[in-house]
Amino acid sequence: MNEPQQKWTETIDADHSLFDLKLKEVWRYKDLVYMFVKRDFVSSFKQTILGPIWFFINPILTTIVYLVIFGRIAKLPTDGAPPLLFYLAGVTLWNYFSSSLLATSSTFTGNAGIFGKVYFPRLVTPLSIVISNLMRFGVQFVLFILAWAYYYYKGEAHPNIWILATPFLILLMALFALGVGMIFSSLTTKYKDLAMLLGFGVSLYMYATPVIYPVSSLPGFFKNLAYYNPLTGIFECFKYAWIGVGDFSPAMLGISTGIILILLMIGIVIFNKVEKSFMDTV
Amino acid sequence: MLALKAENISKQYRLGQVGTGTLSHDLNRFWYKIRGKEDPYLKIGETNDRTTKGDSEYVWSLRDINFEIEQGDAVGIIGRNGAGKSTLLKVLSKVTKPTTGHISTNGRIASLLEVGTGFHPEMTGRENVFLNGAILGMTRKEIKRKFDEIVDFSGVERYIDTPVKRYSSGMYVRLAFAVAAHLESEILIVDEVLAVGDAEFQKKCLGKMNDVTRGEGRTILFVSHNMTAVKELCTKGILLTHGQIDYQGDILSTIIEYQKSSARESSYIYNGNLDEAIGNENIKIKEFSVSPIKGNLLDIDSGVHVKLTFHNYCPDITLDTTFELKNYDELVIFHVGKFVSAKGDAKVGEYTVEFDIPTGLLNAGNYYFKLYFGKDQKTLLYGIDNFIGFEVENVKVGDIMYVYPGVTRPQFEYKVQTP
Repeated sequence: MNEPQQKWTETIDADHSLFDLKLKEVWRYKDLVYMFVKRDFVSSFKQTILGPIWFFINPILTTIVYLVIFGRIAKLPTDGAPPLLFYLAGVTLWNYFSSSLLATSSTFTGNAGIFGKVYFPRLVTPLSIVISNLMRFGVQFVLFILAWAYYYYKGEAHPNIWILATPFLILLMALFALGVGMIFSSLTTKYKDLAMLLGFGVSLYMYATPVIYPVSSLPGFFKNLAYYNPLTGIFECFKYAWIGVGDFSPAMLGISTGIILILLMIGIVIFNKVEKSFMDTV
Repeated sequence: MLALKAENISKQYRLGQVGTGTLSHDLNRFWYKIRGKEDPYLKIGETNDRTTKGDSEYVWSLRDINFEIEQGDAVGIIGRNGAGKSTLLKVLSKVTKPTTGHISTNGRIASLLEVGTGFHPEMTGRENVFLNGAILGMTRKEIKRKFDEIVDFSGVERYIDTPVKRYSSGMYVRLAFAVAAHLESEILIVDEVLAVGDAEFQKKCLGKMNDVTRGEGRTILFVSHNMTAVKELCTKGILLTHGQIDYQGDILSTIIEYQKSSARESSYIYNGNLDEAIGNENIKIKEFSVSPIKGNLLDIDSGVHVKLTFHNYCPDITLDTTFELKNYDELVIFHVGKFVSAKGDAKVGEYTVEFDIPTGLLNAGNYYFKLYFGKDQKTLLYGIDNFIGFEVENVKVGDIMYVYPGVTRPQFEYKVQTP
């Protein structure tokens, strides 16, 4: 009788290729991404009275504060756009980016409990964070559309064909938060100092990004520097597309896309490397 | 056909505070790596023995583990605390990677190192079944198909749409285990998860796991301190000691090996020069051992045979020998003292004392002996405490796996008058 041929379907090794991104495995776990998103959503609003309305309250209050401080007191220019709409656009985009980044950057430290007990492709976690934040963004975006519709009706917002690029802009921002977040979450497993750095780093980064001011208001040197910030292209394109103001060129978006894709690749590679052994150091 | 093959698995951990010196070690590693040399920290490290204080900062939790598991086998992994059992399971379930080595598997591995991983208290039982199932690697479709079966198995149907934070801990565990029990992976890794839950449910889980291996031909790796459960469920065993495989074989002989390797020696035999044997100028002990009366595993039904051989140097006295058995709570189970010589008639030379502890006297647990020798019922010739230790394994009664309470475990005959 012949022995049946021994076959192996999976292997576990001490070392693995740096560029095995395991995206196929992530795809197999897509239902888990869905469940994590659902969990985030459910857990945010169980036992709150206002529920998703809280999503509105945050950008409204922030916009009002900016309106008073940067608009009235500091008198920052808005390229001729209605200040409320200008700040609301900035706040809506920025909220998405910063909350995604901060949440993904604590992937390993925050989920050590689950990660220590069961294996699934760890990439699922930051991915689900970015997606569940996308749903919050969706709600806030509705608020922006309402405000925008009002100004459009008044003739103060001048949209153009670039509006169609909006989903792409959001995607870019999501990938950017994902990439940088993964890099930080990987490094914080060993060096917790980075979590502190990121905390105030993000709040400072807002001032390096045209959230509350237009790029056109920057002096020459800083303006050139701003073009290398991947978010500049995204924010300027968004404001240009919907409100019709700003200093935007497709080249800026090209630079953003390039930098973001590189960061994303670095992020995934480091993340996959760390996920194998982070339980020993976290 | 093999389901799993592990080759040279080792796992190194760094002791103490991770953080101080981390950067310098990392830089050093990197420096070796770019010069194409091996990681300098892999060469050092000590075997994992908790009780001795090591000099090295690195320790090997697992060292050169090699084994093969046939498809459909149920393998029990046993060993003392800190022997590396959990680390091995973690490596096998991909929670952490091995420092060296290679594992090949045929089929999906699902691991159950904890029940209810990822359960969210705010979500309902239903939502958590889907969440937990997805975490364990099931697809939505699979869970949907098995949902009714899972709920049925858990017995919490009434509360399935209530947030699990309102569950009792028993219900929580039931639901969580129900999900895990319906995993469809070819290889299932189970850590000591059955310690929770009541006896009835434990029985149900073990039954389910038995079905899984016997009926469905799936492979199970099982870690537990409950030897009764291991014996019941597993066909083969692996004994780990200090991160290395001490013994591999069928489950019964593995458990016997495990008993032999107990921290306290279960027998003392001395063949060399009498001067160096345990004892003093009056008494030298040559052999003291415990063994099962029936079979070769010390358990509740086996009885315990005790044998003592000693050399007496005191002539013409009345010699008595006393055995005191204590359990780990320092409670004296019995005290047996008897003369071994006629009055004033002890001889110089070798005496052997043997007796049986009958079945039904000792409950499952750990025991050790205190031994002393007396002269004329007045003077102590020699005494030794904490000498030979042994463990009596539990035996399941009907379907009950856990150890019954009580110091003794008598088997009284009932005289029953039926109506």
